[in-house]
Amino acid sequence: GVAVPLGFILCILSTLLCVVYGIMNWNKGYE
Amino acid sequence: MLTTVVLIYLSIVGFLTIKAYKTTKNTSDYLLAGREIHPFVMAMSYGATFVSTSAIIGFGGAAALFGMSLLWLTFLTIFIGVFLAFVVFGRRTRIMGLNMNAHTFPEFLGLRFQSKRIQGISGLIIFVTMPLYASVVLMGGSAFIAQVLAVDYNIALFFLTIIITIYVIMGGLKGVMYTDAFQGSLMFVGMTVLLIITYYKLGGVTVAHEKLTDMAVVAIKYFGKAGHTGWTSFPAFFSKFWHIVVTTIILGVGIGVLAQPQLIVRFMTVKSNRELNRGVLIGGVFILIIVGVAFIVGPLTNVYFKTHPEFGKIAFFAAGKKIADIIPLYIKSAMPEWFTAIFMVTLLSAAMSTLSSQFHAMGTSIGRDVYQKWLGNNGNSVIITKVGIVFAILISYFLAWGLPYFFEGGTAIIARGTAIFFGICAATFLPMYFGALFFRKMTKAGAYASILSGFTVSIFYIFFIHLKESKPLMLCKAIFGVDSLALGSMWVVVDPLVVALPISIVATIIFNRFGTALEEKHVEMCFNAIKK
Repeated sequence: GVAVPLGFILCILSTLLCVVYGIMNWNKGYE
Repeated sequence: MLTTVVLIYLSIVGFLTIKAYKTTKNTSDYLLAGREIHPFVMAMSYGATFVSTSAIIGFGGAAALFGMSLLWLTFLTIFIGVFLAFVVFGRRTRIMGLNMNAHTFPEFLGLRFQSKRIQGISGLIIFVTMPLYASVVLMGGSAFIAQVLAVDYNIALFFLTIIITIYVIMGGLKGVMYTDAFQGSLMFVGMTVLLIITYYKLGGVTVAHEKLTDMAVVAIKYFGKAGHTGWTSFPAFFSKFWHIVVTTIILGVGIGVLAQPQLIVRFMTVKSNRELNRGVLIGGVFILIIVGVAFIVGPLTNVYFKTHPEFGKIAFFAAGKKIADIIPLYIKSAMPEWFTAIFMVTLLSAAMSTLSSQFHAMGTSIGRDVYQKWLGNNGNSVIITKVGIVFAILISYFLAWGLPYFFEGGTAIIARGTAIFFGICAATFLPMYFGALFFRKMTKAGAYASILSGFTVSIFYIFFIHLKESKPLMLCKAIFGVDSLALGSMWVVVDPLVVALPISIVATIIFNRFGTALEEKHVEMCFNAIKK
């Protein structure tokens, strides 16, 4: 089908988004 | 071997609890872990709290029935539950929480809208509804311990409750988060190994999936009328299974995660947005592995059970039609003995990390938010919270003891109870929480509309429309003589969230227009250091 493979791809892409965002902003945003 | 592994595990939990106990010196430490938690601990704690035995056993078992369509929930939990939650909601929550000196989620809402009543009502709703979620997680953990150690369910339930009680009471949120990080790491290892062994046993990734795809005729034979099209494809559009998978499992949990009090408070435990940025990376990978593996291995158990000479039938029937027994049965019969010990502590970790946070959230809700702040009783915050935690644990314990007798299908209530709580939280808190963070002109009237409409519609729908609850609750039958007011229509399988959340959003927008604007000075204070 289409929906399950698409769900699988979106899982991988959203994880990559989290990883890339985390690396790009690793040192940003530092009484 | 099993006993040794469990004893080592409990010793490490004990060590971390004592470490937290020694460094917990004031209210901020006990309620917010001193606002200086390490990003790894924060992200792992968030993930381990979010993913419980409910996800692994309850939803993993549901995936064995419904198939890999549940991967859409994995996608939503990563994209909404981690990325949007941390980047869009988390950063503002942390800064605003610090601006207002909020210690709990209800306190955050109460201070934002300058209303102790909103704080109290929010705390009360959490205290009344969260025991259902806590009790089903307790049930999942206890049922697995009982099965693996061959002890009575009630004995397993009693000892699991006692162990968690000790370390939540002693260590406060620091104890909860330190142990969460350790337990989350164990879960990561356990689930990774489970995936590798499963694919190895079934001949590799593609081969395993093809075997499952070829079993579509079996799925259609048993569940075709309900809309099943096979375990590697989506249920037929608008069928009964489609409604359950999309509205209850995918949307109910996927959206509900944004309004979970025990998760939102995590954003207020870190020192700066840098920790949240780093947490996105850790949380995303963690959720992919834990949730993704449960939803891939669940459906693949059908290949194992169907081709195994001892069973010769699909997972649902091999486990005696008990969804929550599928994963434990698979572990027990398909995995090597050494892995049973690893999976035992994996599941113990999943149960304990979620339960400890639930007990802490319920205790702070009734202790600090209701008793101390709303009702205006003075006293030591930490002691009042501890009393609240004990009270919350007792309620959850008795629910976990009684629910298997009350609900048809016994432990099938595990996934259901989780979805109910996530749905109620989303409908009740999400419009108000979103408005608090992003709309300077959000008024107290809008906040009340969100709480009252979301909660009321959710409860009405659960008691009178949604057949899975309205039938066993029997109130609809007693008043109207029918199991549901919508019998014969699709509404009986549509999740309450799908109806209650839109109504709550509309009510919030409408009533917000009639409310009195909050003082400009107060709003500026709340939004201090937040970009316009």
